[in-house]
Amino acid sequence: MSSLVSSPTAPVSIASERVRRLQRRRSLFSGFFAVLCVLAFAIVVVPLADILWMTLVKGGSAVSPVLFTQVTNGISGGLLNAIEGTLVLSGGAILLGAPLGVLAGIYLSEYGNGRWGNTVRFLADVLAGVPSIVLGYFVYVTLVIGMGWQFSALAGAITLAIMVMPYIARFTELAMRQNPTSLRESAYALGCKEHQVVLRVLLPAARSGVITGVLFALAFSVGETAPLIYTAGWSNYLWNGHLTQEPIGYLTYVIWNFINEPFASAHALAYAAAFLVVAMVLVINLVARAFLTSKRTV
Amino acid sequence: MRVFRPGLLAVSTLIPLALLAVVVFLTSYSWPAIQFNGLHFLTTETWNLGNLYANPVRRDGFEVPIGATYGIWVFIVGTLASSAIALLLAVPVGIGVALFLNDFAPHQLRGTFAQVVELLAMVPSVVYGLWGLEILAPLVLTHIAPFLERVLGFIPFFSGAATSGYGLLSASLVLAIMVLPVITNTLLEAIKRVPSELRESSFGLGATRAEVLLKIVMPSVRVPLIGAVILALGRALGETMAVLMVSGGALNYLPDTIYSPITSMAAFIASQLDSALQDPSGMAVRSLAEIALVLLIIAVIVNVIARLLTHRAGLHRV
Repeated sequence: MSSLVSSPTAPVSIASERVRRLQRRRSLFSGFFAVLCVLAFAIVVVPLADILWMTLVKGGSAVSPVLFTQVTNGISGGLLNAIEGTLVLSGGAILLGAPLGVLAGIYLSEYGNGRWGNTVRFLADVLAGVPSIVLGYFVYVTLVIGMGWQFSALAGAITLAIMVMPYIARFTELAMRQNPTSLRESAYALGCKEHQVVLRVLLPAARSGVITGVLFALAFSVGETAPLIYTAGWSNYLWNGHLTQEPIGYLTYVIWNFINEPFASAHALAYAAAFLVVAMVLVINLVARAFLTSKRTV
Repeated sequence: MRVFRPGLLAVSTLIPLALLAVVVFLTSYSWPAIQFNGLHFLTTETWNLGNLYANPVRRDGFEVPIGATYGIWVFIVGTLASSAIALLLAVPVGIGVALFLNDFAPHQLRGTFAQVVELLAMVPSVVYGLWGLEILAPLVLTHIAPFLERVLGFIPFFSGAATSGYGLLSASLVLAIMVLPVITNTLLEAIKRVPSELRESSFGLGATRAEVLLKIVMPSVRVPLIGAVILALGRALGETMAVLMVSGGALNYLPDTIYSPITSMAAFIASQLDSALQDPSGMAVRSLAEIALVLLIIAVIVNVIARLLTHRAGLHRV
């Protein structure tokens, strides 16, 4: 187009020929760019599909009933101890982290517009970005060694709770902020006390978002490994119910440790554990998304 | 219930308190190591636990095993190199995926495709590690490394044959896939906030779609994009299991090519507990705490910058 301006005396046919060429080049580039973007997506899909194929198909073939009935015996046997340990650790993390996270999230959404609220919100995001291995080492230093708890279920669960608490808080805050102001105002107009407004009106109205956040946090903690190496330890036996002094097994440990053993039985257990972990994470996610979509349709 | 609001306030202070406690306790526990190692800690290439079977000797006022040296320069280089290469790969692809999801994907499939990217963020890191160990590393050894050597071999960093699939290249590739959803999701949300008038008027002036995206949309999401990239950097720096499983575990050895084995700070902490516990003087465990402290400080700085940028852009994505 600039050629039209710069050479007004040029014959029209040459100018329009130039314009046409330029336009063809521009639309060609646009098409090329679209292809690049599609390629970028393909680059993402191929590894993801391969990871899912590896864990669900190859891992699925290593799954047998023995896994659910026997404990690990050296590098063979079943995974009952690890399955139980993962449930105990993740369940404990949610039990500790979810109430605190939800309450902190309520504070951020209802009273968190001042300077303190902004500070807490900001630091929650920073805490969520602290590498999980650092949190694990922190608990190792303070509870495992400092308090003399040894590798234990409670130390592991507390580590995971510190990890998921800021996440749940921020998710709860976002869900609570979806509540319209009119809902608050009508609750107050009906004579509700402050805690009734928040706990009986606003929180139930935001429950699907809150539950989704808690379920995502549960999925995270099921898949976590690094912070547990230094806090939960590993055990071949079923958990005896002791919160401290007693190490506890978990599924992700089996994946990273047994795959390095040179035995086929160890590899089979690692793949089976990977299948179980990915299956649990995916199922929890599907449930969480179902909660989110059910909210939208109502 | 007069306690209601103060109670909520008290619970909310747990978050800053937790962060503070992590800093304070890691610092105080590693304090003897900080004093013993000095600033050389960051620049020394050798990590040597010393003779753990002889009695510890007194050196600079601290009981340490004979011949013990604690230096983490190798791990710092490994961490920074793998994260940097991962970002170099993930940023262009992540931008492409975000633009694809927002502009090029068929309308009915956009939600499904976005979920595919979310799925990538949900895969546990140890499963990425398993995939890297079992599938990617052999592929790097047999195909990717020879291909890179043939095409880019004239650059010293890419020359030389890979001796195993485990190393900087594999670690960077796995990290790139892991941090990609962070970039794509944050960017996608920012792109959706670009006022549609901007796009419409550009199209009205006769711009092609590529021109609208590259010259109008991308410049207007510059700040959140930088925030997203730094957020991804924070994730890559602290990633433990996947790097531990595919990095080859180099010790006292700096990478000279992209195929060399490396170790990151996080992976080293995770791998060293057993050997460090053998140290009767306890200095090894305290030095590991010092690594955790260094990693924490880097992660906090990176995250603070990232959050300042994304918060400024009004993005409050968790």
